Amino acid sequence: MTGVDRAPMTRPDAIERATAAGPAIEARHAAVRIGGRTVWEHLDLRIDRGEFVAVLGPNGVGKSTLIRAVLGLLQLSAGELRVLGARPGVHNSRIGYLPQRQTFDAGLRVRGADVVRLGLDGDRWGLPLGGRGRRKHEQAQLVAEAINQVGAEALAERPIGEVSGGEQQRLLIAQALVRRPDLLLMDEPLDSLDLPNQASVAALVAGICASGVTVVMVAHDVNPILGYLDGVVYLGPGGAICGPPEQVMTSENLTRLFHTPIEVLRASDGRLVVVGQPEPPAFHADRHSH
Amino acid sequence: MFAYHFMVNAFRAGTIVAIVAGVAGWFMVLRRETFAGHTLALVGFPGAAGAVWLGISATWGYFGFCTASALLIAALPRSARGARAEESSAIGIVQAFALAAGFLFVSLYRGYLNGVNALLFGSFLGITDAQVLVLLLVAVGALAALGVIGRPLLFASVDPDIADARGVPVRLLSVAFLVLLGLTVAEVSQITGTLLVFALLVMPAATGQVVSARPVRSLAITVGVALAVTWAALVVAYYSPYPIGFWVTTFAFAVYVGALGARRVRRRRAVMVVA
Repeated sequence: MTGVDRAPMTRPDAIERATAAGPAIEARHAAVRIGGRTVWEHLDLRIDRGEFVAVLGPNGVGKSTLIRAVLGLLQLSAGELRVLGARPGVHNSRIGYLPQRQTFDAGLRVRGADVVRLGLDGDRWGLPLGGRGRRKHEQAQLVAEAINQVGAEALAERPIGEVSGGEQQRLLIAQALVRRPDLLLMDEPLDSLDLPNQASVAALVAGICASGVTVVMVAHDVNPILGYLDGVVYLGPGGAICGPPEQVMTSENLTRLFHTPIEVLRASDGRLVVVGQPEPPAFHADRHSH
Repeated sequence: MFAYHFMVNAFRAGTIVAIVAGVAGWFMVLRRETFAGHTLALVGFPGAAGAVWLGISATWGYFGFCTASALLIAALPRSARGARAEESSAIGIVQAFALAAGFLFVSLYRGYLNGVNALLFGSFLGITDAQVLVLLLVAVGALAALGVIGRPLLFASVDPDIADARGVPVRLLSVAFLVLLGLTVAEVSQITGTLLVFALLVMPAATGQVVSARPVRSLAITVGVALAVTWAALVVAYYSPYPIGFWVTTFAFAVYVGALGARRVRRRRAVMVVA
Protein backbone atom coordinates (compact mmCIF):
# COMPACT_ATOMS: atom_id res chain seq x y z
CA MET A 1 0.00 0.00 0.00
CA THR A 2 1.43 3.33 -0.97
CA GLY A 3 0.03 6.78 -1.46
CA VAL A 4 -2.72 6.43 1.10
CA ASP A 5 -2.56 8.47 4.27
CA ARG A 6 -3.71 6.24 7.08
CA ALA A 7 -4.85 7.56 10.43
CA PRO A 8 -2.24 7.14 13.18
CA MET A 9 -4.19 4.69 15.32
CA THR A 10 -1.31 2.31 15.90
CA ARG A 11 -1.58 -0.02 18.86
CA PRO A 12 1.72 -1.69 19.68
CA ASP A 13 0.10 -4.96 20.77
CA ALA A 14 -1.91 -5.15 17.55
CA ILE A 15 1.18 -4.56 15.41
CA GLU A 16 2.92 -7.33 17.28
CA ARG A 17 0.06 -9.72 16.65
CA ALA A 18 -0.12 -8.68 13.02
CA THR A 19 3.46 -9.63 12.40
CA ALA A 20 2.98 -13.05 14.01
CA ALA A 21 3.80 -15.94 11.74
CA GLY A 22 1.38 -17.38 9.23
CA PRO A 23 -1.45 -15.98 7.16
CA ALA A 24 -4.72 -14.77 8.72
CA ILE A 25 -6.81 -16.85 6.34
CA GLU A 26 -5.66 -19.57 3.99
CA ALA A 27 -7.83 -21.76 1.77
CA ARG A 28 -6.72 -24.70 -0.38
CA HIS A 29 -9.07 -26.23 -2.94
CA ALA A 30 -11.92 -25.25 -0.65
CA ALA A 31 -15.51 -25.90 -1.70
CA VAL A 32 -18.91 -25.40 -0.12
CA ARG A 33 -22.18 -27.10 -1.01
CA ILE A 34 -25.50 -25.89 0.36
CA GLY A 35 -28.59 -27.97 -0.30
CA GLY A 36 -26.87 -29.98 -3.03
CA ARG A 37 -25.74 -26.87 -4.92
CA THR A 38 -22.05 -26.08 -5.16
CA VAL A 39 -21.67 -22.46 -4.05
CA TRP A 40 -17.99 -22.31 -4.94
CA GLU A 41 -15.16 -24.79 -5.37
CA HIS A 42 -11.41 -24.94 -6.07
CA LEU A 43 -10.99 -21.83 -3.96
CA ASP A 44 -7.38 -21.02 -3.19
CA LEU A 45 -6.61 -17.88 -1.26
CA ARG A 46 -4.16 -16.43 1.19
CA ILE A 47 -4.79 -13.31 3.24
CA ASP A 48 -1.79 -12.18 5.25
CA ARG A 49 -2.02 -10.58 8.67
CA GLY A 50 -2.57 -6.84 8.66
CA GLU A 51 -3.97 -6.77 5.13
CA PHE A 52 -7.14 -5.04 3.97
CA VAL A 53 -8.80 -7.39 1.50
CA ALA A 54 -12.08 -7.00 -0.35
CA VAL A 55 -14.26 -9.93 -1.40
CA LEU A 56 -15.99 -8.90 -4.60
CA GLY A 57 -18.35 -10.46 -7.08
CA PRO A 58 -21.96 -10.49 -8.26
CA ASN A 59 -24.94 -11.38 -6.05
CA GLY A 60 -25.46 -15.04 -5.23
CA VAL A 61 -21.88 -16.03 -5.90
CA GLY A 62 -21.18 -16.94 -2.27
CA LYS A 63 -19.40 -13.95 -0.76
CA SER A 64 -21.33 -14.12 2.50
CA THR A 65 -20.93 -17.90 2.40
CA LEU A 66 -17.17 -17.40 2.43
CA ILE A 67 -17.47 -15.23 5.56
CA ARG A 68 -19.68 -17.82 7.25
CA ALA A 69 -17.21 -20.55 6.37
CA VAL A 70 -14.38 -18.49 7.91
CA LEU A 71 -16.45 -18.19 11.09
CA GLY A 72 -17.02 -21.95 11.11
CA LEU A 73 -20.79 -21.49 10.82
CA LEU A 74 -20.88 -23.90 7.89
CA GLN A 75 -18.69 -26.81 6.85
CA LEU A 76 -16.55 -27.14 3.77
CA SER A 77 -17.50 -29.97 1.45
CA ALA A 78 -13.92 -30.28 0.25
CA GLY A 79 -10.50 -28.75 0.70
CA GLU A 80 -9.04 -26.98 3.66
CA LEU A 81 -9.53 -23.63 5.38
CA ARG A 82 -7.26 -22.24 8.12
CA VAL A 83 -8.22 -19.15 10.10
CA LEU A 84 -5.60 -17.53 12.37
CA GLY A 85 -3.68 -20.79 12.17
CA ALA A 86 -6.51 -23.11 13.24
CA ARG A 87 -9.75 -24.67 12.08
CA PRO A 88 -12.58 -22.16 11.41
CA GLY A 89 -14.49 -21.42 14.62
CA VAL A 90 -11.60 -22.12 17.01
CA HIS A 91 -10.49 -18.50 17.31
CA ASN A 92 -13.86 -16.79 16.94
CA SER A 93 -13.27 -14.78 20.11
CA ARG A 94 -10.40 -13.09 18.24
CA ILE A 95 -12.62 -12.25 15.27
CA GLY A 96 -14.89 -9.22 15.00
CA TYR A 97 -17.86 -9.75 12.69
CA LEU A 98 -20.38 -7.39 11.12
CA PRO A 99 -23.15 -9.25 9.31
CA GLN A 100 -24.99 -7.87 6.33
CA ARG A 101 -27.89 -6.02 7.84
CA GLN A 102 -30.90 -3.86 7.86
CA THR A 103 -30.89 -0.92 10.22
CA PHE A 104 -32.10 -1.12 13.82
CA ASP A 105 -35.78 -0.52 14.52
CA ALA A 106 -36.31 3.21 15.10
CA GLY A 107 -38.13 2.47 18.35
CA LEU A 108 -35.32 0.43 19.88
CA ARG A 109 -34.61 2.17 23.17
CA VAL A 110 -31.12 0.90 23.96
CA ARG A 111 -28.10 3.21 23.96
CA GLY A 112 -25.35 2.81 21.40
CA ALA A 113 -22.86 2.32 24.23
CA ASP A 114 -24.89 -0.62 25.57
CA VAL A 115 -24.94 -2.21 22.12
CA VAL A 116 -21.15 -1.83 21.92
CA ARG A 117 -20.85 -3.35 25.37
CA LEU A 118 -22.82 -6.42 24.31
CA GLY A 119 -19.94 -7.12 21.94
CA LEU A 120 -17.75 -7.52 25.00
CA ASP A 121 -19.85 -9.67 27.31
CA GLY A 122 -23.21 -10.25 25.59
CA ASP A 123 -22.52 -13.96 25.20
CA ARG A 124 -21.90 -14.50 28.93
CA TRP A 125 -24.66 -15.78 31.17
CA GLY A 126 -25.92 -13.53 33.90
CA LEU A 127 -27.61 -10.17 34.28
CA PRO A 128 -26.63 -7.21 32.12
CA LEU A 129 -25.39 -5.35 35.19
CA GLY A 130 -21.65 -5.34 34.51
CA GLY A 131 -18.98 -6.59 36.85
CA ARG A 132 -17.75 -5.09 40.07
CA GLY A 133 -14.74 -3.02 41.06
CA ARG A 134 -11.67 -3.30 38.85
CA ARG A 135 -13.26 -5.61 36.31
CA LYS A 136 -16.12 -3.15 35.82
CA HIS A 137 -13.63 -0.34 35.35
CA GLU A 138 -11.62 -2.34 32.80
CA GLN A 139 -14.72 -3.22 30.82
CA ALA A 140 -15.93 0.38 30.78
CA GLN A 141 -12.48 1.34 29.54
CA LEU A 142 -12.57 -1.16 26.67
CA VAL A 143 -16.03 0.05 25.62
CA ALA A 144 -14.93 3.70 25.77
CA GLU A 145 -11.79 2.95 23.72
CA ALA A 146 -13.75 1.15 21.01
CA ILE A 147 -16.27 3.99 20.79
CA ASN A 148 -13.44 6.49 20.70
CA GLN A 149 -11.71 4.57 17.92
CA VAL A 150 -14.69 4.99 15.60
CA GLY A 151 -15.30 8.59 16.69
CA ALA A 152 -18.79 7.91 18.06
CA GLU A 153 -18.53 9.39 21.57
CA ALA A 154 -21.51 11.70 21.15
CA LEU A 155 -23.66 9.08 19.38
CA ALA A 156 -23.11 6.40 21.98
CA GLU A 157 -25.28 8.10 24.58
CA ARG A 158 -28.34 8.14 22.31
CA PRO A 159 -30.76 5.24 21.69
CA ILE A 160 -29.33 3.35 18.72
CA GLY A 161 -32.67 3.40 16.89
CA GLU A 162 -32.51 7.18 16.72
CA VAL A 163 -29.14 7.61 15.01
CA SER A 164 -28.62 7.42 11.23
CA GLY A 165 -27.58 4.34 9.27
CA GLY A 166 -23.97 5.51 8.94
CA GLU A 167 -23.80 6.25 12.65
CA GLN A 168 -25.25 2.83 13.50
CA GLN A 169 -22.59 1.29 11.26
CA ARG A 170 -19.87 3.12 13.23
CA LEU A 171 -21.27 1.85 16.52
CA LEU A 172 -21.44 -1.70 15.16
CA ILE A 173 -17.82 -1.44 14.06
CA ALA A 174 -17.03 -0.34 17.62
CA GLN A 175 -18.93 -3.40 18.87
CA ALA A 176 -16.85 -5.64 16.59
CA LEU A 177 -13.65 -3.96 17.83
CA VAL A 178 -14.40 -4.00 21.54
CA ARG A 179 -12.64 -7.31 22.16
CA ARG A 180 -9.62 -6.08 20.20
CA PRO A 181 -9.89 -8.69 17.46
CA ASP A 182 -7.03 -9.79 15.21
CA LEU A 183 -9.39 -10.22 12.29
CA LEU A 184 -12.39 -8.11 11.30
CA LEU A 185 -14.97 -9.63 8.91
CA MET A 186 -17.48 -7.21 7.41
CA ASP A 187 -20.35 -8.11 5.10
CA GLU A 188 -21.26 -5.16 2.85
CA PRO A 189 -20.87 -2.52 5.56
CA LEU A 190 -21.07 0.31 3.02
CA ASP A 191 -24.10 -0.94 1.18
CA SER A 192 -26.88 1.02 2.85
CA LEU A 193 -24.89 4.24 3.21
CA ASP A 194 -24.86 7.39 1.13
CA LEU A 195 -21.67 8.37 -0.68
CA PRO A 196 -20.09 10.69 1.96
CA ASN A 197 -20.76 8.08 4.65
CA GLN A 198 -19.30 5.34 2.41
CA ALA A 199 -16.12 7.38 2.10
CA SER A 200 -15.84 8.11 5.83
CA VAL A 201 -16.55 4.52 6.94
CA ALA A 202 -14.07 3.24 4.31
CA ALA A 203 -11.41 5.59 5.71
CA LEU A 204 -12.28 4.47 9.25
CA VAL A 205 -11.87 0.80 8.32
CA ALA A 206 -8.56 1.54 6.57
CA GLY A 207 -7.36 3.21 9.78
CA ILE A 208 -8.39 0.18 11.83
CA CYS A 209 -6.44 -2.02 9.41
CA ALA A 210 -3.41 0.25 9.79
CA SER A 211 -3.52 -0.38 13.53
CA GLY A 212 -2.72 -4.02 12.85
CA VAL A 213 -6.12 -5.68 12.41
CA THR A 214 -6.61 -7.85 9.33
CA VAL A 215 -9.77 -6.70 7.56
CA VAL A 216 -11.83 -8.76 5.13
CA MET A 217 -14.72 -6.81 3.65
CA VAL A 218 -17.40 -8.17 1.37
CA ALA A 219 -18.26 -5.34 -0.97
CA HIS A 220 -20.76 -4.77 -3.69
CA ASP A 221 -19.06 -1.74 -5.14
CA VAL A 222 -15.28 -1.72 -4.98
CA ASN A 223 -14.75 1.92 -5.89
CA PRO A 224 -15.10 3.52 -2.38
CA ILE A 225 -12.45 1.20 -0.87
CA LEU A 226 -10.22 0.54 -3.88
CA GLY A 227 -7.59 3.08 -2.81
CA TYR A 228 -7.08 1.37 0.54
CA LEU A 229 -6.95 -2.27 -0.52
CA ASP A 230 -3.96 -4.59 -0.22
CA GLY A 231 -5.72 -7.43 -1.93
CA VAL A 232 -8.85 -8.52 -3.72
CA VAL A 233 -10.70 -11.81 -3.85
CA TYR A 234 -12.93 -11.86 -6.90
CA LEU A 235 -15.57 -14.57 -6.75
CA GLY A 236 -17.45 -15.21 -9.96
CA PRO A 237 -19.43 -17.94 -11.68
CA GLY A 238 -16.20 -18.84 -13.50
CA GLY A 239 -14.11 -19.37 -10.35
CA ALA A 240 -12.11 -17.10 -8.09
CA ILE A 241 -9.08 -14.86 -8.54
CA CYS A 242 -7.02 -13.46 -5.66
CA GLY A 243 -4.18 -10.99 -5.53
CA PRO A 244 -3.29 -7.33 -5.43
CA PRO A 245 -5.99 -5.10 -6.99
CA GLU A 246 -3.83 -3.99 -9.95
CA GLN A 247 -3.16 -7.60 -10.96
CA VAL A 248 -6.60 -9.04 -10.34
CA MET A 249 -8.71 -6.21 -11.62
CA THR A 250 -8.03 -6.28 -15.31
CA SER A 251 -10.59 -6.23 -18.07
CA GLU A 252 -9.62 -9.75 -19.22
CA ASN A 253 -9.85 -11.30 -15.74
CA LEU A 254 -13.22 -9.81 -14.86
CA THR A 255 -14.72 -10.50 -18.26
CA ARG A 256 -13.74 -14.15 -17.90
CA LEU A 257 -15.13 -14.34 -14.36
CA PHE A 258 -18.48 -12.74 -15.07
CA HIS A 259 -18.98 -14.15 -18.57
CA THR A 260 -19.88 -10.62 -19.64
CA PRO A 261 -17.80 -7.76 -21.04
CA ILE A 262 -16.29 -5.66 -18.22
CA GLU A 263 -13.80 -2.84 -18.48
CA VAL A 264 -11.37 -1.66 -15.84
CA LEU A 265 -10.35 1.93 -16.47
CA ARG A 266 -7.65 4.02 -14.88
CA ALA A 267 -8.91 7.47 -13.99
CA SER A 268 -6.72 10.55 -14.39
CA ASP A 269 -5.87 10.47 -10.66
CA GLY A 270 -4.64 6.90 -10.97
CA ARG A 271 -7.72 5.29 -9.43
CA LEU A 272 -9.12 2.12 -10.93
CA VAL A 273 -12.79 2.22 -11.90
CA VAL A 274 -14.81 -0.86 -12.79
CA VAL A 275 -17.30 -0.29 -15.59
CA GLY A 276 -19.95 -2.68 -16.84
CA GLN A 277 -20.48 -4.75 -13.69
CA PRO A 278 -23.71 -6.76 -13.88
CA GLU A 279 -25.20 -4.37 -11.29
CA PRO A 280 -24.21 -0.77 -11.85
CA PRO A 281 -23.55 1.17 -8.60
CA ALA A 282 -26.21 3.80 -9.35
CA PHE A 283 -28.83 1.09 -9.16
CA HIS A 284 -27.89 -0.53 -5.87
CA ALA A 285 -27.41 2.82 -4.15
CA ASP A 286 -31.15 3.39 -4.60
CA ARG A 287 -32.07 -0.12 -3.67
CA HIS A 288 -31.97 0.52 0.07
CA SER A 289 -33.81 3.81 0.20
CA HIS A 290 -37.11 2.33 1.27
CA MET B 1 -57.26 -2.31 55.58
CA PHE B 2 -54.53 -4.75 56.58
CA ALA B 3 -56.75 -6.06 59.37
CA TYR B 4 -58.35 -8.24 56.71
CA HIS B 5 -56.34 -11.27 55.74
CA PHE B 6 -57.68 -11.15 52.18
CA MET B 7 -56.15 -7.68 51.76
CA VAL B 8 -52.79 -8.84 53.09
CA ASN B 9 -52.87 -11.67 50.58
CA ALA B 10 -53.90 -9.28 47.83
CA PHE B 11 -50.86 -7.11 48.56
CA ARG B 12 -48.58 -10.12 48.72
CA ALA B 13 -49.85 -11.49 45.42
CA GLY B 14 -49.87 -8.05 43.79
CA THR B 15 -46.26 -7.40 44.79
CA ILE B 16 -45.05 -10.74 43.50
CA VAL B 17 -46.92 -10.35 40.23
CA ALA B 18 -45.82 -6.74 39.68
CA ILE B 19 -42.13 -7.62 39.98
CA VAL B 20 -42.21 -10.61 37.65
CA ALA B 21 -44.47 -8.79 35.19
CA GLY B 22 -42.11 -5.83 35.14
CA VAL B 23 -39.02 -7.87 34.36
CA ALA B 24 -40.59 -10.25 31.82
CA GLY B 25 -42.61 -7.41 30.27
CA TRP B 26 -39.46 -5.34 29.82
CA PHE B 27 -37.89 -8.06 27.69
CA MET B 28 -41.19 -8.67 25.87
CA VAL B 29 -41.46 -5.01 24.83
CA LEU B 30 -37.79 -4.93 23.82
CA ARG B 31 -38.28 -8.07 21.72
CA ARG B 32 -41.49 -6.79 20.11
CA GLU B 33 -43.32 -9.89 21.28
CA THR B 34 -46.41 -8.20 22.72
CA PHE B 35 -48.57 -10.04 20.22
CA ALA B 36 -47.34 -13.38 21.52
CA GLY B 37 -47.96 -12.13 25.07
CA HIS B 38 -51.51 -11.19 24.17
CA THR B 39 -52.14 -14.62 22.70
CA LEU B 40 -50.80 -16.33 25.81
CA ALA B 41 -53.14 -14.23 27.94
CA LEU B 42 -56.20 -15.14 25.87
CA VAL B 43 -55.33 -18.83 25.93
CA GLY B 44 -55.19 -18.60 29.71
CA PHE B 45 -58.90 -17.83 29.82
CA PRO B 46 -60.23 -21.20 28.61
CA GLY B 47 -57.54 -22.80 30.78
CA ALA B 48 -58.83 -21.10 33.91
CA ALA B 49 -62.50 -21.47 32.98
CA GLY B 50 -61.99 -25.13 32.14
CA ALA B 51 -60.20 -25.75 35.41
CA VAL B 52 -63.05 -24.15 37.38
CA TRP B 53 -65.56 -26.23 35.45
CA LEU B 54 -63.63 -29.40 36.29
CA GLY B 55 -63.42 -28.34 39.92
CA ILE B 56 -59.68 -27.64 39.93
CA SER B 57 -58.15 -24.35 41.01
CA ALA B 58 -58.08 -21.74 38.23
CA THR B 59 -54.38 -21.25 39.05
CA TRP B 60 -53.49 -24.59 37.48
CA GLY B 61 -55.60 -23.85 34.43
CA TYR B 62 -53.71 -20.61 33.83
CA PHE B 63 -50.29 -22.17 34.30
CA GLY B 64 -51.05 -25.28 32.26
CA PHE B 65 -52.58 -23.55 29.26
CA CYS B 66 -50.18 -20.59 29.17
CA THR B 67 -47.08 -22.79 29.32
CA ALA B 68 -48.40 -25.24 26.75
CA SER B 69 -49.34 -22.49 24.31
CA ALA B 70 -45.94 -20.82 24.82
CA LEU B 71 -44.30 -24.04 23.68
CA LEU B 72 -46.72 -24.20 20.76
CA ILE B 73 -45.95 -20.66 19.62
CA ALA B 74 -42.23 -21.40 19.95
CA ALA B 75 -42.69 -24.45 17.74
CA LEU B 76 -44.38 -22.47 14.95
CA PRO B 77 -41.99 -22.12 12.02
CA ARG B 78 -40.99 -18.54 11.45
CA SER B 79 -39.21 -16.76 8.65
CA ALA B 80 -35.69 -15.59 9.24
CA ARG B 81 -36.35 -11.97 10.08
CA GLY B 82 -39.59 -11.27 11.86
CA ALA B 83 -41.92 -11.39 8.87
CA ARG B 84 -44.77 -13.23 10.48
CA ALA B 85 -47.83 -12.48 8.35
CA GLU B 86 -48.95 -16.09 8.12
CA GLU B 87 -48.16 -16.76 11.73
CA SER B 88 -50.17 -13.74 12.85
CA SER B 89 -53.32 -14.91 11.07
CA ALA B 90 -52.92 -18.37 12.62
CA ILE B 91 -52.53 -16.75 16.03
CA GLY B 92 -55.59 -14.56 15.42
CA ILE B 93 -57.66 -17.66 14.78
CA VAL B 94 -56.35 -19.29 17.94
CA GLN B 95 -57.18 -16.16 19.95
CA ALA B 96 -60.82 -16.10 18.81
CA PHE B 97 -61.19 -19.81 19.46
CA ALA B 98 -59.63 -19.50 22.91
CA LEU B 99 -62.12 -16.83 23.94
CA ALA B 100 -65.04 -18.85 22.60
CA ALA B 101 -63.89 -22.05 24.32
CA GLY B 102 -63.45 -20.20 27.59
CA PHE B 103 -66.96 -18.83 27.34
CA LEU B 104 -68.26 -22.33 26.68
CA PHE B 105 -66.54 -23.68 29.80
CA VAL B 106 -68.03 -20.89 31.88
CA SER B 107 -71.49 -21.70 30.54
CA LEU B 108 -71.02 -25.40 31.23
CA TYR B 109 -70.01 -24.59 34.78
CA ARG B 110 -73.36 -22.84 35.37
CA GLY B 111 -72.11 -21.69 38.72
CA TYR B 112 -71.31 -18.28 40.03
CA LEU B 113 -71.82 -16.25 36.84
CA ASN B 114 -69.77 -13.35 38.13
CA GLY B 115 -66.76 -15.64 37.59
CA VAL B 116 -66.51 -14.57 33.95
CA ASN B 117 -65.87 -11.02 35.05
CA ALA B 118 -63.17 -12.08 37.47
CA LEU B 119 -61.46 -14.25 34.84
CA LEU B 120 -61.54 -11.56 32.16
CA PHE B 121 -61.09 -8.38 34.17
CA GLY B 122 -59.41 -9.46 37.38
CA SER B 123 -60.19 -9.70 41.05
CA PHE B 124 -58.22 -9.37 44.26
CA LEU B 125 -60.74 -10.99 46.51
CA GLY B 126 -60.31 -14.42 47.96
CA ILE B 127 -56.65 -15.05 47.16
CA THR B 128 -55.66 -17.95 49.38
CA ASP B 129 -52.40 -18.53 51.22
CA ALA B 130 -51.75 -21.52 49.00
CA GLN B 131 -52.25 -19.39 45.90
CA VAL B 132 -49.78 -16.80 47.17
CA LEU B 133 -47.24 -19.54 47.78
CA VAL B 134 -47.63 -20.89 44.24
CA LEU B 135 -47.32 -17.37 42.80
CA LEU B 136 -44.18 -16.81 44.86
CA LEU B 137 -42.51 -20.07 43.86
CA VAL B 138 -43.22 -19.63 40.15
CA ALA B 139 -42.11 -15.98 40.28
CA VAL B 140 -38.85 -16.82 42.03
CA GLY B 141 -38.19 -19.56 39.48
CA ALA B 142 -38.95 -17.30 36.53
CA LEU B 143 -36.84 -14.44 37.89
CA ALA B 144 -33.94 -16.78 38.64
CA ALA B 145 -34.09 -18.09 35.07
CA LEU B 146 -34.20 -14.55 33.66
CA GLY B 147 -31.27 -13.69 35.92
CA VAL B 148 -29.22 -16.45 34.34
CA ILE B 149 -30.14 -15.77 30.70
CA GLY B 150 -30.52 -11.97 31.06
CA ARG B 151 -27.44 -10.72 29.25
CA PRO B 152 -27.42 -13.11 26.29
CA LEU B 153 -31.19 -12.61 26.01
CA LEU B 154 -30.61 -8.86 25.77
CA PHE B 155 -27.96 -9.48 23.11
CA ALA B 156 -30.24 -11.82 21.15
CA SER B 157 -33.13 -9.33 21.44
CA VAL B 158 -31.14 -6.32 20.27
CA ASP B 159 -29.19 -8.01 17.48
CA PRO B 160 -29.96 -11.70 16.78
CA ASP B 161 -27.57 -11.94 13.80
CA ILE B 162 -24.46 -10.85 15.61
CA ALA B 163 -25.47 -12.72 18.77
CA ASP B 164 -25.80 -15.89 16.69
CA ALA B 165 -22.38 -15.38 15.13
CA ARG B 166 -20.95 -14.93 18.62
CA GLY B 167 -22.26 -18.29 19.71
CA VAL B 168 -25.30 -17.12 21.68
CA PRO B 169 -28.01 -19.83 21.40
CA VAL B 170 -30.56 -17.41 19.92
CA ARG B 171 -33.23 -19.98 19.06
CA LEU B 172 -33.05 -21.70 22.43
CA LEU B 173 -33.25 -18.38 24.25
CA SER B 174 -36.32 -17.46 22.22
CA VAL B 175 -38.09 -20.66 23.30
CA ALA B 176 -36.99 -20.26 26.91
CA PHE B 177 -38.21 -16.68 27.01
CA LEU B 178 -41.62 -17.60 25.57
CA VAL B 179 -42.08 -20.23 28.29
CA LEU B 180 -41.09 -17.70 30.97
CA LEU B 181 -43.49 -15.22 29.39
CA GLY B 182 -46.24 -17.87 29.53
CA LEU B 183 -45.61 -18.38 33.25
CA THR B 184 -45.60 -14.63 33.84
CA VAL B 185 -48.83 -14.11 31.92
CA ALA B 186 -50.44 -16.88 33.96
CA GLU B 187 -49.38 -15.09 37.15
CA VAL B 188 -50.55 -11.66 36.06
CA SER B 189 -53.88 -13.00 34.78
CA GLN B 190 -54.79 -14.07 38.28
CA ILE B 191 -54.76 -10.44 39.44
CA THR B 192 -55.69 -8.36 36.40
CA GLY B 193 -57.72 -10.95 34.47
CA THR B 194 -57.06 -12.17 30.94
CA LEU B 195 -57.94 -8.98 29.10
CA LEU B 196 -56.03 -6.53 31.27
CA VAL B 197 -52.75 -8.43 31.51
CA PHE B 198 -51.05 -5.76 29.45
CA ALA B 199 -51.69 -3.16 32.15
CA LEU B 200 -48.82 -4.72 34.10
CA LEU B 201 -46.94 -6.43 31.29
CA VAL B 202 -46.64 -3.67 28.69
CA MET B 203 -47.37 -0.29 30.21
CA PRO B 204 -44.68 -0.20 32.93
CA ALA B 205 -42.09 -1.62 30.49
CA ALA B 206 -43.04 0.89 27.80
CA THR B 207 -42.80 3.66 30.40
CA GLY B 208 -39.36 2.49 31.56
CA GLN B 209 -38.07 2.40 27.99
CA VAL B 210 -39.44 5.87 27.28
CA VAL B 211 -37.73 7.31 30.34
CA SER B 212 -34.29 5.73 29.89
CA ALA B 213 -32.31 3.95 27.18
CA ARG B 214 -29.92 2.46 29.73
CA PRO B 215 -30.99 -1.19 30.19
CA VAL B 216 -30.40 -1.40 33.94
CA ARG B 217 -32.06 1.91 34.70
CA SER B 218 -35.09 1.37 32.48
CA LEU B 219 -35.57 -2.12 33.94
CA ALA B 220 -35.50 -0.65 37.46
CA ILE B 221 -38.01 2.04 36.49
CA THR B 222 -40.24 -0.62 34.94
CA VAL B 223 -40.38 -2.68 38.13
CA GLY B 224 -40.88 0.48 40.20
CA VAL B 225 -43.80 1.61 38.08
CA ALA B 226 -45.40 -1.85 38.13
CA LEU B 227 -45.17 -1.98 41.94
CA ALA B 228 -46.45 1.56 42.47
CA VAL B 229 -49.35 1.07 40.10
CA THR B 230 -50.35 -2.24 41.70
CA TRP B 231 -50.20 -0.95 45.27
CA ALA B 232 -52.08 2.25 44.41
CA ALA B 233 -54.74 0.26 42.57
CA LEU B 234 -55.20 -2.12 45.52
CA VAL B 235 -55.68 0.76 47.96
CA VAL B 236 -58.08 2.65 45.74
CA ALA B 237 -60.01 -0.49 44.80
CA TYR B 238 -60.44 -1.27 48.50
CA TYR B 239 -62.09 2.07 49.17
CA SER B 240 -64.03 2.38 45.89
CA PRO B 241 -66.81 0.35 44.30
CA TYR B 242 -64.90 -0.07 41.03
CA PRO B 243 -62.86 -3.17 40.08
CA ILE B 244 -59.09 -3.52 40.52
CA GLY B 245 -58.45 -4.15 36.82
CA PHE B 246 -59.81 -0.72 35.99
CA TRP B 247 -57.57 1.01 38.52
CA VAL B 248 -54.38 -0.85 37.55
CA THR B 249 -54.95 -0.04 33.90
CA THR B 250 -55.86 3.59 34.53
CA PHE B 251 -52.88 4.30 36.76
CA ALA B 252 -50.45 2.53 34.42
CA PHE B 253 -51.87 4.42 31.46
CA ALA B 254 -51.59 7.73 33.30
CA VAL B 255 -47.93 7.07 34.17
CA TYR B 256 -47.15 6.14 30.56
CA VAL B 257 -48.82 9.25 29.17
CA GLY B 258 -47.03 11.32 31.79
CA ALA B 259 -43.66 9.85 30.77
CA LEU B 260 -44.34 10.55 27.10
CA GLY B 261 -45.35 14.12 27.90
CA ALA B 262 -42.26 14.67 30.04
CA ARG B 263 -40.04 13.43 27.24
CA ARG B 264 -41.68 15.77 24.75
CA VAL B 265 -41.24 18.75 27.06
CA ARG B 266 -37.61 17.81 27.67
CA ARG B 267 -36.93 17.53 23.94
CA ARG B 268 -38.58 20.85 23.19
CA ARG B 269 -36.50 22.45 25.88
CA ALA B 270 -33.35 20.87 24.41
CA VAL B 271 -34.25 22.19 20.97
CA MET B 272 -34.81 25.66 22.39
CA VAL B 273 -31.45 25.58 24.13
CA VAL B 274 -29.76 24.57 20.90
CA ALA B 275 -31.62 27.24 18.97
